[in-house]
Amino acid sequence: MIKVRRLVKTFGPKPVLRGLDFQVGQGEFVALLGPNGAGKTTFLRILATLSRPKMGEVIVAGHHLPAEAAAVRRRLGVVSHQPLLYGDLSAEQNLRFYSWMYGVGDLEQRIDEVLHLVGLYPRRRDLVREFSRGMQQRLAIARAILHRPDILLFDEPHTGLDQEAAAMLDQVLREIASAGRTVVMTSHDISRAADLADRVDILSRGVITASESTDALDPIQLTELYRSVTRV
Amino acid sequence: MPPTTEIVEHKIETSADGSLRAYLRSIGAIVWKDLAAEFRSRELIGAMLVFAALVILIFNFALELDIRTRETVTSGVLWVTFAFAGTLGLNRSMAIEKDRGCLDGLLLAPVDRSAIYFGKAIGNLFFMLIVEAIILPMYSVLYNVNLFQPGLILVILLGSIGYTAVGTLLASMAVQARTRDMLLPILLFPVLIPLLLAAVKASNGFLQGFEMAEIMPWINVMIAYDVIFIAVAFMVFDFVVEE
Repeated sequence: MIKVRRLVKTFGPKPVLRGLDFQVGQGEFVALLGPNGAGKTTFLRILATLSRPKMGEVIVAGHHLPAEAAAVRRRLGVVSHQPLLYGDLSAEQNLRFYSWMYGVGDLEQRIDEVLHLVGLYPRRRDLVREFSRGMQQRLAIARAILHRPDILLFDEPHTGLDQEAAAMLDQVLREIASAGRTVVMTSHDISRAADLADRVDILSRGVITASESTDALDPIQLTELYRSVTRV
Repeated sequence: MPPTTEIVEHKIETSADGSLRAYLRSIGAIVWKDLAAEFRSRELIGAMLVFAALVILIFNFALELDIRTRETVTSGVLWVTFAFAGTLGLNRSMAIEKDRGCLDGLLLAPVDRSAIYFGKAIGNLFFMLIVEAIILPMYSVLYNVNLFQPGLILVILLGSIGYTAVGTLLASMAVQARTRDMLLPILLFPVLIPLLLAAVKASNGFLQGFEMAEIMPWINVMIAYDVIFIAVAFMVFDFVVEE
């Protein structure tokens, strides 16, 4: 579903991704771990068509990036640490706006469906700026899955959430993954990544330094592996 | 950057692929979203209106002029007011997109990115016209000058189209910078000089009762400016918002 070969990205003279190779199959849930500044967000922004690679090959759902970005965007849902929602619109208005942007056909029914899924249906008429961080993040997920994408990219979705909100988000993530969608999630939380994902990749200094199935390693072994491959 | 013909061909293909209806629907969605958010918060129009009213009041007290001289300075004062108030609106309009990462939300939509530009520009034009519609009668009363002339209204419309066409493009560029509030006027005003000059001259022509033959060249300059900058924005918006 996603194939990346020798990906290079620089910001001015500073290299962020240095020949990264990465692959995800259909329906797979991959967690991308790595220290701050490893290039996780930059990598996800390239997959999301928000940033152009300097060199390398990026194929998402059979389409080459950046040449076929519009076709890729139709198949993608993105959740970042910012909710990408308008504070002065209600939850329902935000979803209606994005439904129009994505050309969602059964608009009202689909909006109700995703609001029920993330547990925000009773708050649908409330302004987003009145929502807690956890509620905004759940609405961001509703926004991302509104157009039924095959691939979902989550950039540290648990950032700033309390225990309860994070657990609720985990539940929503499990439901999304069980629906057969391909998921790539960046995270700092090793045990959560091990719990949710099928595979864990570790990104350090712009390259993938380890890739392990979560069935093969328990969280303690994974933590040791993480420490060994990210040590400077 | 690829050659111009390649960009236009690519945009036509992308628009055709997603259908013209989808393209127009996206523009409509952005305009609807901007209006709905503004009618809830009233931050943008409120700020522009208060600022424009203050500028007019200050000029009114600063220039203690007789009625004849007032007519000669009217067009200049009007366009200075619109231009300064407009930058507040443009800054706020793009700041809303930067807040909570909404610009990324727009860029992730599967539409040609020029649709985002047109949606934002139409919304900005709408806000500017609302402010102008309130400021004109206020000015007429304070300066005792009749501004309700069809020719002058046409000039204001053409000037506002050009202003928002350039302003939306440059505001999209400036919003990426930390110093966006300062950067926008620095980028915008030099590019606006031909438009503002033509708008002031044409407005003055109508207010002073000049012959149409004297006014038309300035109106033509404004039309050419509008067409050129809308076309440029259509072609380069992708590159402006790209990381």
